[in-house]
Amino acid sequence: MEIKILGSGCSSCLRLEALVKEVAVEKDLEATFLKVTDYKDIVSYGIMRTPGLVVNGKVMSAGRIPSKQEIATWLNTAGSSKGTAL
Amino acid sequence: MLETSERPLETTKRSSYSPIPLPILLAVAAVVWVLAYQALPGLSDYISYRALGLEPASHLGSAVDFFLLDVPKILLLLVGIVFLVGMLRSYFSPERTRALLGGKREGVGNVLAASLGIVTPFCSCSAVPMFLGFVESGIPLGVTFSFLIASPMINEVALVMLLGLFGWQIAGLYIGTGLVVAMTAGWVIGRLGMEGYLQDWVYQVRMGETGLEERKLDFPGRVAYALEAVRDIVGRVWLYVIIGISIGAAIHGYVPESLLAGYMGKDSWWNVPVAVIIGIPLYSNAAGIMPVVQALMEKGAALGTVLAFMMSVVAISLPEMLILRRVMKIQLIAVFAGVVAVGIIIVGYIFNMVI
Repeated sequence: MEIKILGSGCSSCLRLEALVKEVAVEKDLEATFLKVTDYKDIVSYGIMRTPGLVVNGKVMSAGRIPSKQEIATWLNTAGSSKGTAL
Repeated sequence: MLETSERPLETTKRSSYSPIPLPILLAVAAVVWVLAYQALPGLSDYISYRALGLEPASHLGSAVDFFLLDVPKILLLLVGIVFLVGMLRSYFSPERTRALLGGKREGVGNVLAASLGIVTPFCSCSAVPMFLGFVESGIPLGVTFSFLIASPMINEVALVMLLGLFGWQIAGLYIGTGLVVAMTAGWVIGRLGMEGYLQDWVYQVRMGETGLEERKLDFPGRVAYALEAVRDIVGRVWLYVIIGISIGAAIHGYVPESLLAGYMGKDSWWNVPVAVIIGIPLYSNAAGIMPVVQALMEKGAALGTVLAFMMSVVAISLPEMLILRRVMKIQLIAVFAGVVAVGIIIVGYIFNMVI
């Protein structure tokens, strides 16, 4: 699956990235990570708050760091529907 | 400027696991808070003059008493007010604010934008995406600026410091005049027709559709959000509070009365602009600066000068201008800083004249 972290390098963006990676490793999920730092691209996802989390092209959260459980649920759902993965 | 950072939110529903219902816990916390707040003056007197045996009239005694009263008072206020503001903010989001401002004319739009600037969760790291979102949805530039000015100027930390150190009347004055400055400065910038001074790429930006459902927070969710705000903000400013109050306490105890009246009193015309100019490069230290300023005021500095300084510190900051530089040309940033500075200077003069 493809995971994008939206944000221009603020501390919360880094924390979010670390957290998502942690969950991916724990769940043994294969994922590619991309950082989206260009404001034009960030806004094209329709969000006005960073950090944003995009899994397989879908915005999961914006402007907050979700809990580990939330992230795990999203990654599990995205991981199981392999057909739609990029 | 102390921005509310992007806060992590917890979605745990604590109340369902806790044996005591959440509203009762909150009520108990509120009672404890009030009792503690009321006990403070007696307690600080007791410790300074009885336990430590200091003379109330002595320099050291008055400095220690000032410190022991103000540090816990400000920290208590900080916890209480940041929590309440957090609860209020949990009802707002930048997306909702953008929707509310969409299609509003200038004038009404400026008033609404400045007011929403107070309650919308905002972080300077999100200033650019929010700015883009506002511009893209056709909100007039001046209205957007009213929001951008009010949001950092009227923040919970500034409010706490004013409330704790100067009382509710001055805190109220600050909010009222802060709103007026944000509305009129935004309106003036709008009238100047600076739309051509945004970076060219800004107009090519297209907001996408999120498909992100707005999270519906229940009451425990809002409490968790507000508690997270308390943890985040108090965690960031407590040290500045203590350092600021220490310096303030030293001034309070040792600097002679009315030493400053000549320099910072209302009689010298130049003190307001000087205070504003000094305030511009100072950033995010409102918590540390206010106790010092309050102590200076006791020694003869004028209220208008003090308020102007405070506004300048939080509303015009170099880091924010650097962030905005990515979407604005330098001329627009200069106009923005200039118009806000002039507004603040006028406020300073008015207060020095009236009070």
